[in-house]
This record gives sequence, structure tokens and C-alpha cells, in this order.
Amino acid sequence: MYAYDELDRTLINERVEEFRDQVKRRLSGELTEDEFKMLRLQNGVYLQLHAYMFRVAIPYGTLSSKQLRRLAHVARRYDRGYGHFTTRQNIQFNWIKLAELPDALADLAEVGIHAMQTSGNNTRNVTSDQWAGVAPGEIEDPRIWSELLRQYTTLHPEFSFLPRKFKFAITASAHDRAAIKVHDIGLRLHKNAQGETGFEVLVGGGLGRTPFIGKTIKPFVPGRDLLSYVEAILRVYNQYGRRDNIYKARIKILVHELGIEKFAAEVEDEWLAMRDSALTLDDAVVEEIRSRFSYPAYQKLPHMPEELKQAAHDPLFERWRKNSVFTHKVQGYAIVTLSLKPVGGPPGDATAEQMDAVADLADKYSFGEIRVGHEQNLALPHVAKRDLPALWKALDKVGLATPNVNLVSDIIACPGLDYCSLANARSIPIAQELTRRFANHDTADLIGRLHINISGCINACGHHHVGHIGILGVEKNGEEFYQITIGGRADENAELGVLIGPAVPYGEVADVVEDIVEAYLALRARPDELFVDTVKRLGVEPFRERVYATR
Amino acid sequence: MTSPLEQKIRIAGPSIVTANRTSDGVVIYRTAANGWSTSLPDAAIVRTVEEARALLAESVADDVGAVGPYIAPVEIKDGGKVKPGNLREHIRLKGVTIDLLPLPA
Amino acid sequence: MPLVKNGKIATDGFAHVPDGAELPGDGAILVTAARFLEDPEALLRRAGKLGVIWPNNRDVDDLVPWLGRLSVVALVFPTFRDGRAYSQARLLRERYGYDGELRAAGQVLRDQFVFMLRAGFDAFEVRKESDAEAFADTAKRYSVFYQPTGDGRVTALHRRMQQRHSESAGQ
Repeated sequence: MYAYDELDRTLINERVEEFRDQVKRRLSGELTEDEFKMLRLQNGVYLQLHAYMFRVAIPYGTLSSKQLRRLAHVARRYDRGYGHFTTRQNIQFNWIKLAELPDALADLAEVGIHAMQTSGNNTRNVTSDQWAGVAPGEIEDPRIWSELLRQYTTLHPEFSFLPRKFKFAITASAHDRAAIKVHDIGLRLHKNAQGETGFEVLVGGGLGRTPFIGKTIKPFVPGRDLLSYVEAILRVYNQYGRRDNIYKARIKILVHELGIEKFAAEVEDEWLAMRDSALTLDDAVVEEIRSRFSYPAYQKLPHMPEELKQAAHDPLFERWRKNSVFTHKVQGYAIVTLSLKPVGGPPGDATAEQMDAVADLADKYSFGEIRVGHEQNLALPHVAKRDLPALWKALDKVGLATPNVNLVSDIIACPGLDYCSLANARSIPIAQELTRRFANHDTADLIGRLHINISGCINACGHHHVGHIGILGVEKNGEEFYQITIGGRADENAELGVLIGPAVPYGEVADVVEDIVEAYLALRARPDELFVDTVKRLGVEPFRERVYATR
Repeated sequence: MTSPLEQKIRIAGPSIVTANRTSDGVVIYRTAANGWSTSLPDAAIVRTVEEARALLAESVADDVGAVGPYIAPVEIKDGGKVKPGNLREHIRLKGVTIDLLPLPA
Repeated sequence: MPLVKNGKIATDGFAHVPDGAELPGDGAILVTAARFLEDPEALLRRAGKLGVIWPNNRDVDDLVPWLGRLSVVALVFPTFRDGRAYSQARLLRERYGYDGELRAAGQVLRDQFVFMLRAGFDAFEVRKESDAEAFADTAKRYSVFYQPTGDGRVTALHRRMQQRHSESAGQ
């Protein structure tokens, strides 16, 4: 956990006061909506279908129990008692009143939470993977670098009015859980042959109307040059990114139009002119940030504690353990994923009561720390294995122990037309129906890892392009229709899904997904051949045939 | 961003002007009496492009009270009851179409 | 449109001369980049200070040969959301060492004053009277800055390092 000091807190408070003044001037009419809109977006405030939506930052997906309790408080006091965890490790509240926002922000600021740059044409939350710092095989904790980037990009005077939004992601594992290949800048932390720590820098990834997989602009940037190199990229983008058409304004378009070699050359020219500047990170500065991250005082615990041996007799506990518990880098500990995808529930939502319960459980079992994943689940990153049976019972009581992590009913969905003014179609009821169709856990286990992603419009907040099964809502003659793609993936082998055929109406989507799954079960080479690998092996055709044979 | 007044206005049937209230984001409908109501039956109905443009213009002028006014279709049932004219407006009036947490037992 | 300099409203000593209009014999003038580049030497030979309004979609590199002889460079924000002039400002100040007046023009509003100051602007053609009057207070909104620019403000990272050193020195 990163500990905010007085300087960090002062900045957050100054931002809250500034926003309070901006809201006051909007409500008095001193600021028009045209002048105010970008200001409110810069503090995470959208106008949605029936209310304002407030997006709060959870930097690199890490929360303390105190912070989670405060989010529960905001849900209760200023909203309708729940929040939604997003595909960028943030949280959204859907019913916020503008006039009350400054107070909500002040309440959050007390525990070091803010909403800076969670929207607008600026640099957004620097996401990482939710197992950062505890996953086996990590080079080092990527969150140290995420925090350096967070500070560097916050209220940056040169880059607060970019052509369009700008998203960073960083991974320090061979298996990329942060989807760096579909970000504007993706960073892969690794060591070069000389043992120096640095980054492979990818640029121009992104989803939305024109999805692209990111391209490597430089295979190795040493840690000390990270900020100056990022500044060079941002400066080239700020000056040359298109501003005439919002659908062509992301850096991915600039990279595509110039070509990666030319783009890399522009960045290199800019970087050579500024490389040995105040942005160079000397070791002392990196250590300063590193020293503010605290890690648990892990005990020396056995690999197989008695409590676990006993609980193994309980088939329900075992089912949950095999599904939701993951290997920790420290012996005797585990990483526990809390599914926010109950059968029939809206994916990624949690009530204030659930948030409070998780905060208590984090205090008891996870050194007070919680993680938020981009797949819209939570995690407790430091659980002693001997505590797993007790934890499971407690989670089950509050509906957070559905054993469907990474399975077909662990669906990632945007809010869709139920909430969002950009949407063409609903996504949540599609997800809810799918969880009902696949509610049987044995069936879901049989199917294996299968990521379904649902977006209610082309903006792709549900990341449907990189879903194993991707579902995109469109509008046809006033009716909701859905395009289905298969074979996408978001990891180090990132690929965009392929359309299987014409869009299908709302009422048929769940049937189509069942048909696709049936086809997979019939066609897979072995029980452990994943859906996405079967698609890779056989292509889209056999699935297309099965789905459209009777449609 | 083009102002709603500069965008081409199309009327396919009876329509209204709707927006969100600035202070709290609540859905509002433009009335014939130069004001706003949270109740759809109070909304002024327009049937031509000229009428729509005029209603929209006065709505846009109330920048302090309302955010993002636009023209939306309505359905008029037998007996004159006014209903939302598409799914989006139905959701804005009635709220989300889904089960929220905590789930019904 | 009030001009703000040194944190308060000031008279603008420079006359904007539109393209095609005759230049006054002497006196400080502001001309467009197009006019300037037609015959920079002639304009610089004039008695009276010279300023250039540089568009935000053109590299400032093209202006660099004359920077030392210009009194004002005005950069443009066609809307406040178009942030290209921030990069231009930093390049002029930090890379090319321009130390004349750097003026923000266009849709210049209160809530961007701090960003503009940090990017190196020191004069502002402010849209609204009320914003101009609030300039001094607005400039004090922030006391903590995360990233270095050419404005000389110490970043949070380095303030922490300084604190650390003085703590350990005190032992």
C-alpha cells in the first residue's frame, strides 16, 4: 500500500476546493455548461441518462480497508447504496447530485481518495494487474512505477487538454493481466541482458470504434528514462494528434497514419532534445517512492495447514477454493478473488454493506488491503491459507463467494443503456440472463475458462473486442440487436475477436451463446483445450455454422 | 461540439424536449409554460420542425437550470396518454430495467 | 478584453494590427505570423516593439531565429480545450530560452490560469472581466506540484528528498 503524505493530501484537498468553486460558479450561471463540461469531466463527473455519474479513482486498483469503508459511506450518503467497479480498476456511482459532489469529494479526500482525471481528454488511471506485488514470478512490484506515473501525470500543465483521453497500463509478469496491448501506452517491466530494470514501451493500442493492438515503439527504456520518454510521446501526441474529429483523435490513429517507424522517429527526436532533464529518475527518487509502499509482515506458514486439510472434506468449500484461490509468492499465503458476478446480478456491482463486509474481512484476513481487477471483481491479496475456510464462510454470507471466477458466468459488462447516455443497447440484462443459463457450476467448470465481454455501444467500455466471446449492442430500427465475435484475447497474445455473422435480436443472444458453447464442447480436442484455443485452431466457420443453421 | 440548435432536427411524430436538471441530474421535460417538469404528462408536445426548434431554443437558453436539452419522441395512446417514444426515453422515465443488488431472494 | 500581467489587470501596450492594415509609424504592435514571416527584418527594423501571434497548428521552430528580438510572442487557445499552445509555450521557454513576454490569447478562462503559468505564460488576454479580477487568487490555488516544468517550482518528489536530507543532516 502506498502511504500518502502531507504533500499528496494537500494536492487532493486543493483540487477539491477548486472543484467546489467550479460547481458553485456553474450553479450560479457564472460558468456555462460549455465551459463547465470539460472541468467536471476532469473530475470524473459524467451526465448519464437519468443522473450524473461519478467515477472515483482507485490508483492501480489498490485500496485500504479504511478507503473501502469510505466508498461505502459515499454510496450510502450520496447515492443509492451501491457502486460499480469498472474495467479500469475505478469505481462509479450512478445517482450523484452535482450540488453534493464537493462534499462527497471532501469526504473521500480525508482518506486519500480522489477523482482527478478519471474522465476528460487527459491521462487516466494508470492501471496495473490486481496481483501486483504478490504474484509469483513478478520482476518487481509494478505499482511503484504506476505511482511514479500517477504523480507525473496528475494535473500536468502541458497535457491536461490532449486531443482525446489517454490510458496507461503496466505489467511486470510474463502473463499480462493488465491488458497492456490495448492501451494508448502499454509498459512491460523487465530486465535487460545487463540486469537493468526497464520497460518495453508499446503505443497505440485501444478498443472503441477502430480497435488496434499496440505496437512496440522501443523494446527497452531504462527506468531512469521512463518519465522523459513518456513526456516525449505525450508531447508529439499533444501537438500532432487530430483535433478535427473525435473518432480519429486517439493516439492509435496518429500511430496508424504515420506508421510506427515514423512515429517512433518523431518521439526519439523529441526525447533526445530533453532526455537529461529534471525528469530523469535517479535511484534516490525511485527509492523514495518505493519506501512509501508498505508490505505485510508475512509469517512463516506451512504450505498445507491443518485447517485446509480439514476443510477439504467440504465439497462446496473445495469448489470455491479451486476456483477463486490463487498461488501467492509467499508460502502459506494465497490471493483470493471475490466474485462480483452472482447469478442474476449486475456484473461488478457491490452494495455498501458488501463493501463494509469486505473491509472488515480485509482487516481480519488480508492486512487491511483490497484489490480491484479490470475484470470487475475484487481480490484480497494477502490471505493466510489457514484462514481460507473461515474467510469462505464469511464471504458466502454476503454473496461474494460465487465460484465462477474466469468462467463463462464471470462476465465483464459495461453499464449499457440502463445507465449510459452513449449506449445503443442494454448490456446488464444480457449478462444477467447468461449467468442464469450457466448457473450450474459443474457445467461452468466443464466449459472451463471463458471470458464473455459485453459492450452496449461501439465505445467498447466492456472490452468486447478482446473477449473470448464478445457481444456488442447496436440499434436497428429502434430495436436492440447484438453482434457476436469470438476468439478475442487481452493478454500477451492479444487479438481482436472475429464476427461470426449478422447481429441477433435481444431475445436470442443467450441462445446464441449457448449454441457457441455447445459447439465448443463438441469440437474441443481435449477437455483442457480452452475455448479461445479451439477457436484459434478451427477458426470461426464451425461456430458460425452451428449458430446460423436455424437463424 | 455542435450546439443542439445547429444539429439537423427531424420530427417523425409527436415529440417533446427533455434534459437533465443541473443541480442533481434528474430527468426533466420542457413545459408549454416556459418551465420544466419531472412529470412527462406536463411536457409540451411539438409536431413540426419549427415548433421543435422554437421549444429547443428556449430550453437551451436555460443553461443554468438544465443540461443537454434535446428532442425526443413520444407516443400518444388512445385517450391522450403520453408515453415515452423509445426504449431510451422509457428508461429515463422509469429507471433501470434490471434487478439491482441485493437480489430478490 | 482585459490583459493580465504580473498577476493583475494592466493596460495593453501592444496594438493588434490586422493583416492588410497599415502599420503605425512607431509604437508597440502585434502582428500575425503570416505577416511577420513575409518580411521579418522589415518589421524588426521598425521603431517600436514587435510581437507575433503564432498559430497553434504550426511548429514554433519556425519562429526561433527571431526570438531574441521579439518583445511578445502570443500563443493561441482557439477553445480552452485545445491544449497545443501549452507544448508550444514550454518549448519556447525551456528549449529555446525565450524570455520575452509570453502571452496567452483566445479562449483564456480562469480555470486554466495555473496550467498556463506553469507552462511559462506571463501575460493573459482574459475573456471575462471577473476572471481577470480573480487572477491573483486563482494563481494561489495550488501549492503542490508533481511534475517539473520550467517555472522553477520545486516538485513534490524533490521536496520530499530535501526533507529527508535535512532530517538526516539534523541527526
